[in-house]
Amino acid sequence: MRVGSTINVAFRALRRNKLRSVLTALGIIIGVAAVIAMVGIGNGAKAQVEAQIASLGQNIILVFSGSTTASGIRTGWGGAGTLKIEDAEAIRREVPGVTAVSEEVVSTTQVAAGNQNWFTRIYGESADYFDIRQWPLADGTPFTAQDVRSANKVCVIGRTTATQIYGNENPIGQILRIKNVPFTIDGVLTPKGLSAQGVDQDDIVIMPYTSAMKRVVGGTTLRNINVQVADSRQLTAAQQQIIDLLRQRHNIRPGRDDDFTVRNQQEIADAATATTDVMTGLLGAIAGVSLVVGGIGIMNIMLVSVTERTREIGTRMAVGAHGRDILTQFLIEAISLSSVGGILGILLGIAAAKTIALTRHWPALISPASIVIAFLVSAAVGIFFGFYPARKAAALDPIEALRYE
Amino acid sequence: MNNGAVVKLIDVHKTYRTGEMEVHAVRGVSLEIRRGEFVALMGASGSGKSTLMNILGCLDRPTAGRYILDQAEVSELNRDQLADIRNTKIGFVFQNFNLLPRTSARENVELPLLYGTRGLTNAQLKEKADAVLASVGLAGREDHHPSQLSGGQQQRVAIARALINEPEVILADEPTGNLDSRTSVEIMGIFQQLNDRGITIVMVTHEQDIAAYARRNVVMRDGLVRDDRAVERRLDAATQLREPNREEPE
Repeated sequence: MRVGSTINVAFRALRRNKLRSVLTALGIIIGVAAVIAMVGIGNGAKAQVEAQIASLGQNIILVFSGSTTASGIRTGWGGAGTLKIEDAEAIRREVPGVTAVSEEVVSTTQVAAGNQNWFTRIYGESADYFDIRQWPLADGTPFTAQDVRSANKVCVIGRTTATQIYGNENPIGQILRIKNVPFTIDGVLTPKGLSAQGVDQDDIVIMPYTSAMKRVVGGTTLRNINVQVADSRQLTAAQQQIIDLLRQRHNIRPGRDDDFTVRNQQEIADAATATTDVMTGLLGAIAGVSLVVGGIGIMNIMLVSVTERTREIGTRMAVGAHGRDILTQFLIEAISLSSVGGILGILLGIAAAKTIALTRHWPALISPASIVIAFLVSAAVGIFFGFYPARKAAALDPIEALRYE
Repeated sequence: MNNGAVVKLIDVHKTYRTGEMEVHAVRGVSLEIRRGEFVALMGASGSGKSTLMNILGCLDRPTAGRYILDQAEVSELNRDQLADIRNTKIGFVFQNFNLLPRTSARENVELPLLYGTRGLTNAQLKEKADAVLASVGLAGREDHHPSQLSGGQQQRVAIARALINEPEVILADEPTGNLDSRTSVEIMGIFQQLNDRGITIVMVTHEQDIAAYARRNVVMRDGLVRDDRAVERRLDAATQLREPNREEPE
């Protein structure tokens, strides 16, 4: 078969000048590696964020104080909140499918014991919080609903806070002065490590929200309400019912905006990953540009190659090569360079993505689809940028070519 | 054995344009070459011999007239058909060898087979190429690259390449132009051996000494054949090679 020998001919020609073949393919290798690495890291970061948000619990709805802009950025942080304790009670009572509710207030303040002190985050929650958040204790017990009703001065602390204040000692039963108010430590939380944003999740103190509002945070409104629904199928319905309930309780007339925001986990994940998606797309596009540059490099070298091998082309024609044979040969040379470059680029990109991910503690997510696409694109680059030089070669006049110096 | 005409040129003209000027390179050549002949086509620069050679080699089409090669009309064929004729019926030997650099002698010789219509395996290609290389005295050098071969050896590789498809005619364009005198005699010896085996050879040369190895001299001047005669005092390369110090023929 003619095509079979042409492939044979093309590979022999590429082998003849290995160094040039490698250097020509280098543009494609780097271009593809860049695309694979950028997209892989971007996807990994996105998956990490999504996993983080998924780990907040199952079937969670968050109700925030204050309205949000379209991109999901909250306004009115920490200012005059609009969520009341009675709102949370109402949700607990009246929205079907709700299995747990946690009223949340947040602050950061000094905690101290003995002569150790530490600046940490204080979360006021209900007793349901540990179930909602799927955050078990490593040691001790969580506070109870009774503790919440009585606003008792009890708390649980995270591993980092425990180590900072108590070192290797067991903190359970000890007194921790929070804003100079003595709290008893009932338990220590299991470690959760760094969040996707780099925050130490174990640097925390959790106490009944009533105690927090009374003694630490002050104020009469909640920052948010965490709601858990029994079943994912009820999620959307429950969201709507919460909105309706709160609008009614807050006397918001039809046509006016809510003074609160209700989001389920998926929406939160989407908002968080929206920026990552744009970044990934942008980086991928820039890397794609380098792929085009690699293609131009191939065209450049093929043109030089055609000129250099003019006598050779003349000889091939003299011994019987058709124009189509020459065209196919040079086209196959270009496609081989770009395809092999693509494969090497994919391997290099995977290696680079994994290496960078290691230093950032992210997984790098290389999807099979991106590998297939990268390979097809590199083959296409070879066809597209190799065509013009191949056509030039095929159009040579054998007599002129044989005379070429 | 068919001793008919392999090459038949009937009133062939070739005119081409260079910019504004028209050049009448060949102005009415009629020529017959029979199977088994050894013709030297001679002439000064500008005589039209190279243009005629290109037409004979099916690298170019005549502007007027007919060219019948091995009883087939080739003057009206298109580019691809001419390429096929070159592949199967013609073997070229060039002054500057025109071997593929950084390629083994064997792969150089295999080249015409790769453009043929029969799909041959790499093993079959190797077998054929090695056989022809042996027949021109290059057994053992099949893997050598042109840079590892002397001028004479490179020309032998080129001759082997020309022979591999068993063509009707070998066309040699100044085959000894880049070789020293002794090597030239060796190459002429190979041509004479091939001719003795019945292979038709047409050789372009401007050197009288080289033309003397052929059997027939055709002389061109200003686009026309001026003289066409048998060689009177033919040189025999084999004899010359046996007596290395002798410059004169017997």
